[in-house]
Amino acid sequence: MNLTLRVWRQAGPAAAGQFVEYPVRDISTEMSFLEMLDVVNEQLTEQGDAPIAFDHDCREGICGMCSLMIDGVAHGPMQATTTCQLHMRSFRDGDSITVEPWRAQAFPVLRDLCVDRTAFDRIVQAGGFVSITTGNAPDGNAIAIPKPDADAAMDAAACIGCGACVAACPNGSASLFTAAKISHLGHLPQGQPERYRRALRMVAQMDLETFGGCTLFGECQAACPKEISIDTIARMNRDYIFGAAFEQEESRAGGAG
Amino acid sequence: MPTPDEARSPASRVRRFWDSSVGKKVVMAVTGIIGIGFVLGHMAGNLQMFKGAGAAQAMHDYAVLLRSTGGLLYVMRGILVGAIVLHVTAALQLTARNRAARPVPYAKRTPQVSTLASRTMRYGGVLLMAFIVFHIADMTLGIGVPGFRHLDPYNNLRNGFTRWWAVLFYVLAMLSLGFHLFHGAWASLRTLGARRPSAAPLHRNMAVAIAVVTAAGLVAVPIAAVLGLFRDDMPVSEAMSTARAGAPGITPAGAAAIGTASAAASVPRA
Repeated sequence: MNLTLRVWRQAGPAAAGQFVEYPVRDISTEMSFLEMLDVVNEQLTEQGDAPIAFDHDCREGICGMCSLMIDGVAHGPMQATTTCQLHMRSFRDGDSITVEPWRAQAFPVLRDLCVDRTAFDRIVQAGGFVSITTGNAPDGNAIAIPKPDADAAMDAAACIGCGACVAACPNGSASLFTAAKISHLGHLPQGQPERYRRALRMVAQMDLETFGGCTLFGECQAACPKEISIDTIARMNRDYIFGAAFEQEESRAGGAG
Repeated sequence: MPTPDEARSPASRVRRFWDSSVGKKVVMAVTGIIGIGFVLGHMAGNLQMFKGAGAAQAMHDYAVLLRSTGGLLYVMRGILVGAIVLHVTAALQLTARNRAARPVPYAKRTPQVSTLASRTMRYGGVLLMAFIVFHIADMTLGIGVPGFRHLDPYNNLRNGFTRWWAVLFYVLAMLSLGFHLFHGAWASLRTLGARRPSAAPLHRNMAVAIAVVTAAGLVAVPIAAVLGLFRDDMPVSEAMSTARAGAPGITPAGAAAIGTASAAASVPRA
């Protein structure tokens, strides 16, 4: 199949970017979107042009590295699918496809289609963990966890931190990501001691990173390759409200962090 | 780069809550729910217009009743004004934050599931704010309403809706209120976290009911006025309001409020 790509090219974080059109020939429908970009990059390299920079790693939909706003949709037209798992059979011969990086103040463009998503890491550092006393590994079944709780925690833990929720949100909000991390630990007994402090700290960090707020458009849920539900956001708010009302003030001397 | 430790602000608990995007949204949800309660009550009051014979008296008695609650009317008005101030302030600040969160727009972004109602909340909000100011000047203070008489809502309404542009604005504003509530009634409860895990988190049966009932109930009055359905020409009797003012068990504050009310009510009908 033959396509026309309209790709955002930007030499560096401070450089001005613009769209560049690339005609692409003889693409197999069996290729993934990233393999198609590999073909384009081969051609660009042969011509002596700089290849298009894009993030990728596992290429099996589990690492959260790949991104791309494809024709205005995060991770492209397939539901519950990362860009690396998106195949060219989702497009038609002769299509013109616009490819952009995630756009958010908190996700600065590094080069072309690569953005810096370390804001997510700092949100997790703020409280996305459980503090435990290390020692011998405890018995796997020492703490009984109800199946529905384990399932809910696992569903939230499926978040790969790709940032599609931020990219798809008209507000550039990281609520779904933060809520997924809060829910993942908050559903489990091990997550209970720090549950409300976690919500307070992670939300505070989310705000510091200049992400927008949630207005429940629902776009994040539709874009999420792991189909994380906005139910987690209701849960985050619940934990936040409870924490804001009842959680003890943190002392400078210690605390979870 | 901001570090987690900077997340500890020395500000007070309330201040931190207000400064956080979640806290501000919670304030919007709570004040929004206050607004929904008010709008439903207001609509129920309005529907007395459809009583047929005696509707003018019923509307008058209702107006007097609201003023004989011993200052409660002013407490309610205070709560409503406070709710609006908080709702609008939070909305403006959150909108500014959301705009700043994406300084470089997408060349192409295709909404997937967001409703038209959710995408027009801000514009609908501005329209509703303008409507509230107009409505209070119009039907409460009577500015520009031909033949306005205090405590005679039935005839004020009939007279007010002889102006085609007012009818148009009321209908438009109330339809946009329905839109606002279609998203807001659902989103406010979700924002407050009052939701169990759902198989279809975007469904909103309650909100649809609230939005349709409010919009239909509020639009019905101007439409019926235009159609000439309000034909109750029985003169409004002021006896009841004067009787109430003298009735025992009314607090001094209430009596003062009624004093003004009944004084205005006893002005002879034009």
